[in-house]
Amino acid sequence: MKIDDTLGFAFRSLRGYPLRTGLMLLAMAIGVASVVLLTALGEGARRYVTQEFTSLGTHLLIVLPGRSETTGGPPPLLGETPRDLTLEDALALLRSSAVRRVAPVMVGSAPVARDGLSRETVILGTTAAMAEVRNLSMAQGRFLPAGEASRAEAHCVLGNKLKTELFGNTSPLGRFVRIGERRFRVIGALAPKGQSLGVDISDVAIIPVASASALFNRVSLFRILVQARGRDAIPRAKEAVLEIIRERHDGEDDITVITQDAMLATFDRIFKTLTLAVAGIAAISLAVAGILIMNVMLVAVSQRTGEIGLLKALGAPGGQILHLFLSESAMLSLVGAALGLLLAGGGLVLAERFFPNFPMAAPAWALLAAVGVALASGLVFGVMPARRAARLDPVAALSRR
Amino acid sequence: MICLEQVERVFQVGEETVYALQQVDLTIQPGEYVSIMGPSGSGKSTLLNILGLLDRPDRGVYRLEGLDTTELGERKQADIRRHKIGFIFQFFHLILRLTAAENVELPLTLAGVAAGQRKARVAEALDRMGLADRARHRPDQLSGGQRQRVAIARATIMQPAIILADEPTGNLDRASGTDVIETIEGLNRAGMTVVIVTHDPELGKRTGRQVRMLDGRIEDDLRRAS
Repeated sequence: MKIDDTLGFAFRSLRGYPLRTGLMLLAMAIGVASVVLLTALGEGARRYVTQEFTSLGTHLLIVLPGRSETTGGPPPLLGETPRDLTLEDALALLRSSAVRRVAPVMVGSAPVARDGLSRETVILGTTAAMAEVRNLSMAQGRFLPAGEASRAEAHCVLGNKLKTELFGNTSPLGRFVRIGERRFRVIGALAPKGQSLGVDISDVAIIPVASASALFNRVSLFRILVQARGRDAIPRAKEAVLEIIRERHDGEDDITVITQDAMLATFDRIFKTLTLAVAGIAAISLAVAGILIMNVMLVAVSQRTGEIGLLKALGAPGGQILHLFLSESAMLSLVGAALGLLLAGGGLVLAERFFPNFPMAAPAWALLAAVGVALASGLVFGVMPARRAARLDPVAALSRR
Repeated sequence: MICLEQVERVFQVGEETVYALQQVDLTIQPGEYVSIMGPSGSGKSTLLNILGLLDRPDRGVYRLEGLDTTELGERKQADIRRHKIGFIFQFFHLILRLTAAENVELPLTLAGVAAGQRKARVAEALDRMGLADRARHRPDQLSGGQRQRVAIARATIMQPAIILADEPTGNLDRASGTDVIETIEGLNRAGMTVVIVTHDPELGKRTGRQVRMLDGRIEDDLRRAS
């Protein structure tokens, strides 16, 4: 029997029982769609986190005062710091060839006022390098100008939300605000960027680090953001940072350096594992669909004993009957898988419409795996009914009406 | 062409051992027209199944065209059924989801004959049965007599040497039964060996040779002088 005839015969016998075929296709389609959708969900979460991290800036190292003794734990944001990180420490890091930019960060809180309006706000003291290091873009005006970092210029850049609170829709450029006891001229406003890993960058005022030092009357930095020259330079930059600070701090290792890539890699691993786990759970539904195929095929074999007996009388050997029934299961699982992919595609389109910020996408391996598992379960679970059909005794099969 | 020697077939029914066939010797020459008659349970259907290679004897030898079939494997036996034997059943055994033409085409499809060639042969076979205008009808749209003629077209499409018919008129009214029998007799006249199992004595009288069975044995074997 020719292959196309085998497939044609199998196709016609599936079409002969539309309800049964439809139900089996539905089961397969739901199984495949759930694998694809759940994988897409996991992949989306991974991409979302990666995106968030990249929006922090690229090739970033974060230098914190204090040292974490345990590896892998959270950095010690609170607690005793043996020695302050200073602006001089930060500028000294530029000596390393692996370091491209350094942005010292001093953080404090002070009321920002304009005319009668006043607002308690986070104040960031930093330098011009911050704009590049953190990928900040401007809505109006410009960022802090490059220049001597130790000069306490009296100008500031407002976050988007703060600007709106104080100035509404009018332009703040050239106007003055009062921060603490000092007056600052507004030279720019940040473009809206929203939440970035918990820090609301739209609700801050950015001033030169020297001004912040004078305002808060201290020299210690909250942290130093270091941008390496490239992805490959990150480990070297980390070494250099540790060495330079150790040298300046009398041989004490009293800082912690977190690389953004290390965090990213960790999250990447976590989410990949999560995606695999979720896909595995969904694959169980494919196995259930496979068992359903087996069940229904067994019923089909017992309903079609007369037909099987006839095929044998017409000279079909057992092997040929096995092929016919296996073709039916294979066809069911393939068509079911195709429908499932369509279903998943529709689901993804809907998800994108409702959650445009969440980058859901099914990776290619998930599509292949879903279809592969569907076909495999169809064939594996199709073997038993097909063998039963092939082994039917033709006399017994024909004697029943 | 057909030669049975000391054939036995035993069934185990619960505790009891039932001899469906006992020491059956039967030789049928090419072109013969034979009826096998006898009461229910006399072993006539078992005999027909063994002749059609659907069943194997427990003892004895069945030679078909000189070839000992009892030693053949399942695949080889299927091959002989496909090319040398055509079956006609009481309940037609047409596949309901296929059209008349597709049912007739089935043996050719199973044998792997090219599609183009199949169509021509099917059309010719249906035409010979007077069913050319029923080719695209499905079995449930045909009368009993038409269904059996579709089944006959299917049984003969491979041009077998032997036609085995199990109660071919058992499910038909008198008129279409006669019609079907005349069709089968036409095949015999064209040279095919025909063996019919029946318990209709009218039908038995028409055949050239009548084998009567009782309790798994051949009771008598009459040849009509022709």
